[in-house]
Amino acid sequence: MKSWARLLGIAALTASVAACGSSSELRPLTVVGWGGSSQDAHRNAYWTSFSRTTGIPLREDSWRGGVGVIRTKVVGGDTSWDIVQVETEDLILGCEEGLFQRLDWAGLGGRNAFLPAAVHDCGVGAMLWSYVIGYDGDRIKGPGPKSWADFWDVKRFPGKRGMRKTPKYSLEFALMADGVPADQVYPTLRTPQGVDRAFRKLDEIKPNVIWWSSISQVPDLLGSREVVMSVTSPGRLIVANRTEGRNFKLDWHGNIFAVDYWVILANSPRKAEATQLIRYMTRAENQMRLASHIPTGLTNVEANQRVDPKLKLDTPSDPANMVGALELDANFWVEYGDQLTQRFNAWVAR
Amino acid sequence: MPGSRAKLPGLRRWWRVALLAPLLLFLLASFVAPVLMMLSRAVVDRDLERLWPDSAVALRQWDGAGAPPDALAATVAREIVATRQAGTLNQVANRLNYDMVGSRSLLYATADRLTAGSAGTTVRDLARIDPRWGQPGIWAAMRHADGPLTRHYLLAALDRRLDADDRIVNVPAEQAVFANIYLRTFKISAIVALLCIALGYPVAYLLASLPERKANPLLILVLLPFWTSALVRTAAWAVLLQTNGVVNNALQTVGLIDAPLQLIYNRLGVYIAMTHVLLPFFILPLYGVMKGIPPTAMRAASSLGAPPLRAFLSVYLPQTLPGVAAGAIIVFTLALGYYVTPALVGGGADQMISASIAFYTNQSLNWGMAAALSLLLLLPLLLMVFAGRTMVRTVPA
Repeated sequence: MKSWARLLGIAALTASVAACGSSSELRPLTVVGWGGSSQDAHRNAYWTSFSRTTGIPLREDSWRGGVGVIRTKVVGGDTSWDIVQVETEDLILGCEEGLFQRLDWAGLGGRNAFLPAAVHDCGVGAMLWSYVIGYDGDRIKGPGPKSWADFWDVKRFPGKRGMRKTPKYSLEFALMADGVPADQVYPTLRTPQGVDRAFRKLDEIKPNVIWWSSISQVPDLLGSREVVMSVTSPGRLIVANRTEGRNFKLDWHGNIFAVDYWVILANSPRKAEATQLIRYMTRAENQMRLASHIPTGLTNVEANQRVDPKLKLDTPSDPANMVGALELDANFWVEYGDQLTQRFNAWVAR
Repeated sequence: MPGSRAKLPGLRRWWRVALLAPLLLFLLASFVAPVLMMLSRAVVDRDLERLWPDSAVALRQWDGAGAPPDALAATVAREIVATRQAGTLNQVANRLNYDMVGSRSLLYATADRLTAGSAGTTVRDLARIDPRWGQPGIWAAMRHADGPLTRHYLLAALDRRLDADDRIVNVPAEQAVFANIYLRTFKISAIVALLCIALGYPVAYLLASLPERKANPLLILVLLPFWTSALVRTAAWAVLLQTNGVVNNALQTVGLIDAPLQLIYNRLGVYIAMTHVLLPFFILPLYGVMKGIPPTAMRAASSLGAPPLRAFLSVYLPQTLPGVAAGAIIVFTLALGYYVTPALVGGGADQMISASIAFYTNQSLNWGMAAALSLLLLLPLLLMVFAGRTMVRTVPA
């Protein structure tokens, strides 16, 4: 009997330790980013100084996106995250499902203080990012690709292309390569004929595509000459230029841009502190600091006006880069994502 | 193991059960129950029933033939508005969208028009808001979702669907993808398991026959892939296998090939990278089994006149088969669940089923579909593991 008592004691102890582990009392405010250089930039621009000035300790975590992760946490009663950086589809699906808190926009300085695309009931824009054409300036000398039609032109620019292995972005780029103006891309994709047309255009380039799944593959694919040009986000190539002495170049014509948002999880036990941190991260003077740590588009209007123009080069904040650009239509992808992903997976395997 | 089947006195048997009970309860609560709950989403379908209770009743009463009755339309219109105001329309909208793409925006737009004062008491009223209300598609989608159970997800996972007349039909050819991905998943896993057997058996044999002092450093080499992250390993394979990579350069330098071979971003790359990662899972159980085979057995065979090959085939090999089977089953099972490695080193035709399951779980939140795909992966797997266990047992020890 004694051993049973001991066993029970151990069990109780384990249970209480486990309970403490998940209790919010012991864990500091937790912010979740996308890891890598983007998370480094946020830490250096915001998190360290926030903790120093407010005395609120911060804990970091990172994730690779996907609102299902958050649904699992909220539904399963896991309260280990407070603030998360999410993509637009995650924001839409999570907000309508009640996974995120509604933001107090008056406290953030009002909706007009931000770019329209950065304003949502449940989220405020953290940064603006794009997918553009990237290529190696040492390999393509002279004039490089200036459009998606050029990206498709394997006679003028022989060699393989890197593209992201998703219908998202690929279908949009295909239509633009086929001459559809940016503002007509989604109306076209909403028709069955438009989808067929995009896939027919993708057929043309398919034998010359290396499909990548993680953006971290892009500098390697370009650097090793596996591909001659690639769909890419600008940051990785700019960082490679700075740190590895590369000569990667970007072309912004017909880029697709989108916003990442800060959200507070519905079951966050530290709402007040989370709100405080989000206000801190979206204030103009603080956002301007982010631009010096990573080439990215700022969401605060005042920050965009005041930031050093040199820091806008190679970012979506430079108006010259955004002529003919296409804003990702997350509502389209929420509705058509399942169907088009299925079709894309069937197509890409053929 | 067969010895443990011997009869136990009743009390001792209960004692055993009692000893195992805490672990079993823990597994049940933390593993089996959540898995079953998740898998049940493949057939349980109560979103519409819960949020549109009156519509669900009306839908079940309607025989589905011809035009829907106006009373049904009025009920649906009322509950569209009610759920829109309550902020729960998304659950029905997303569920119907799985069956008929476009339902989501149809429902939201209709809700807005109804709220703004458009009439919605008849089918014709609704069709004036959007002509799709006058067509059978959306009504069939609602009928398929009227709960409490559905065939939709399992059919979709088999590239089938219910049409407006409730007949099971194939999805359009350009949408049919899952049957191919399943076959591919099982094929890749089987080939990786075979490659592990071919490469791992000699290594395990070497490890088992060496004295421990020499075997241990080799064991560490075997375990090395465990300690590197998937991304780092993949990057390393890219450096080795890419067009201008180490392997191609070496082969070209020695003159074996003229032009670089495509060794990565295709199926070959997947086989190479997955075999590398999974090899330890094969070697270790086999090594354990080989260690337990007394070296005297082979010597006895030779002393009885068997030539080395004969001794190996009829004395040593049969004794190692349980280890081979165990290792191969572990490798095969783990391989079935892979998706990061194939995504990073494979090409377009190398996506495995777990990637689809992850997509539906994380990106699109279509957990019914994720559950159906998981179920269709799990059932053949359980059968195989069961068959494998029987095989291991029947091998003469």
